[in-house]
Amino acid sequence: MTRVGLMVTCINDALFPDTGKAVVTLLRRLGVDVEFPAAQTCCGQPMVNTGYFAEAVPLVRNHLEAFAGCDAIIAPSGSCAGSVRHQHGLVAERSGDPGLVRAVEGAPPVYELTEYLVDVLGVTDVGAYFPHRVTYHPTCHSLRMLGVGDRPTRLLRAVRGLTLLDLPGAAECCGFGGTFAMKNSETSIAMGNDKARHVRGTGAEVLVAGDNSCLMHVGGLLSRQRSGVRVMHLAEILAQTEPVIEGPGRAADERSVGTAEVAR
Amino acid sequence: MSGTFLGTPKFPDAARAALEDSQLRRNLAHATSTIRTKRGTVVGEVEEWEQLRLAGEAIKDRVLRHLPDYLEQLERSLTAAGATVHWARDAAEANAIVVDIARRHEADEVVKVKSMATQEIDLNGALEAAGIHAWETDLAELIVQLGDDLPSHILVPAIHRNRAEIREIFLREMGKAGKAAPADLTDEPRRLAAAAREHLREKFLRAKVAISGANFAVAETGTLTVVESEGNGRMCLTLPEVLVSVVGIEKVLPTFADLDVMLQLLPRSSTGERMNPYTSTWTGVTPGDGPQEVHVVLLDNGRTDVLADPTGRQALRCIRCSACLNVCPVYERTGGHSYGSVYPGPIGAILTPQLRGVGSDPQSDSLPYASSLCGACFEVCPVRIDIPEVLVHLRGEVVEAHKQASRIPSVQDMAMKAASWTLSSSARTGAAEKAAGIGGRLASKLTRTAPGGHSVLGAVPGPASGWSDSRDVPVPAPESFRQWWARTNGGRDEA
Repeated sequence: MTRVGLMVTCINDALFPDTGKAVVTLLRRLGVDVEFPAAQTCCGQPMVNTGYFAEAVPLVRNHLEAFAGCDAIIAPSGSCAGSVRHQHGLVAERSGDPGLVRAVEGAPPVYELTEYLVDVLGVTDVGAYFPHRVTYHPTCHSLRMLGVGDRPTRLLRAVRGLTLLDLPGAAECCGFGGTFAMKNSETSIAMGNDKARHVRGTGAEVLVAGDNSCLMHVGGLLSRQRSGVRVMHLAEILAQTEPVIEGPGRAADERSVGTAEVAR
Repeated sequence: MSGTFLGTPKFPDAARAALEDSQLRRNLAHATSTIRTKRGTVVGEVEEWEQLRLAGEAIKDRVLRHLPDYLEQLERSLTAAGATVHWARDAAEANAIVVDIARRHEADEVVKVKSMATQEIDLNGALEAAGIHAWETDLAELIVQLGDDLPSHILVPAIHRNRAEIREIFLREMGKAGKAAPADLTDEPRRLAAAAREHLREKFLRAKVAISGANFAVAETGTLTVVESEGNGRMCLTLPEVLVSVVGIEKVLPTFADLDVMLQLLPRSSTGERMNPYTSTWTGVTPGDGPQEVHVVLLDNGRTDVLADPTGRQALRCIRCSACLNVCPVYERTGGHSYGSVYPGPIGAILTPQLRGVGSDPQSDSLPYASSLCGACFEVCPVRIDIPEVLVHLRGEVVEAHKQASRIPSVQDMAMKAASWTLSSSARTGAAEKAAGIGGRLASKLTRTAPGGHSVLGAVPGPASGWSDSRDVPVPAPESFRQWWARTNGGRDEA
């Protein structure tokens, strides 16, 4: 049997557990019995991107041990999936340990969530229902490092009730950039404010993306501005289904009857 | 490298001032988006663009692998064609060679073709110190020079100026440097260009010595190439008696046929044109035609140090098109001066620290961090320089250099070490998450609910203020994902 491991990512684990739960719900609905290898922690990207390659080595080793035995790894993050795919090899090479280099080369393949859904499972309609106006921000690492292309928007277009609105300047970075958001916070905020302005201009009520790190940044700006726009991870939208309403008449019908009575 | 930017503060501080300059923000946003659109259109119409990029990358990589051989071949070809070849290890040597040539011809002025290499070595400053005026003849360089300003873009050095500002500079300064601008000058682009043309013409006709760079230098034939838009280059390369070209050693191409690839890649990436208006090529001296004394100064100035780094050396593939600047969201908002170098933007962030030496000064060391690693630069680079990869690599070099230089670890060193220790074990990570969850619950009186139901904190003092001054802070979840999974058997017991 294929063993599929969920790499929930450290930021989702600690700050956005609902995204992890949504991935579990979604994958189970699609017949994938996903595991959560409890030894996992963080992919090491914060260290690598700050220049601390040596400090990332124990995290790469931990990742390899945690997911040993899995046939595939699914991550609800373009950035963390990209880090495992492109940075673990660099960390191993710089460590000067040929054993680590070989181990990284032999590690299970990591898929960003939409890659797994569209490429491996071959689905775009995941049976989701979300009757809201949303706009989608393609995060830089999913767009340019992984090249997920139109997979996320194909999945979104198949969601019943959902209206997908085009985001102007969508491909431009939101300004998060990991430690960039702290080291160069004012440039980061200038970029984020432009992204938030475009989001507000769409009239969407929800900004959706495949990376909670970027959403934490843009969402932090949007909520500070009291914009009334919320942010959601793509998995949380795909996990939602139409509520089953019990009884002979549907709730909506009963409400309309009630309205009619008042009118009389 | 050049001293003209000496005193520029570290990138975050320089950027802060630029971000507050409303005129600069407006000028840059307008100019970069215009060039971006033009580039996108003309690149989009080339079906084999990706193959061209791969070919450009391969040619440049071949050059770098066999650089000594191609340079010696170039020297032989140039010498055979009647040119004099000089070798300069650094800026001081290169400047001394050029000053010496100008002095031998008793020149008190020279005309210049726009050139990054001569900007890099601050040749104008060296000439001025020797009592020789160097007149920039490229329109944008002229604007920068007249305005006593610094260049802020590789292709469009005056990109930070709009036409109203340019008109004022021309009216105020042109008369001091030669033919004055007409008193009724407007900010109409055609009128501004005409004023520059009038001003420059007398300099072209008078100067005995011209100074240029070169976009390419063909080893096989000894042919140098300058690609330009205004015709000022053609004037400088043909009218004066003496021509001196300062050429970075990485500019060499193996064969004339390689120009075929490069001349397709460069204009489309650079100005967003199918072909640039003027492409000048010259091979040493042609008797009775053009300059009769031709010098080529081959400049190292840190390039061999860059070549020694297997990851960093790809920066030497750069053909100075500036496509990476025009797509960079950081450059668009902070402008070129924030980078404290004649090479701004993404390419500057990887080239400047390497040419100056990582660990040599805090300003250069701040440059590899001046990026969100969004990758837009790599996507447009005509010679496929993986700028994000080099940025991350150089961050590693910066951290190493600082560890070597000081036994006392920095706050960042300690934070990364602590994070590495915590995050290399799931038990320690879980414990930290529990503590954070408790902290989050304790902070509940301070939080409010953001749209969607997440608890967030507003502005908080201390080290988190860099984040929280403008962005709400998410509060750690009371129950982490791993706790939820353990408690509910992966959600199976919940329902």
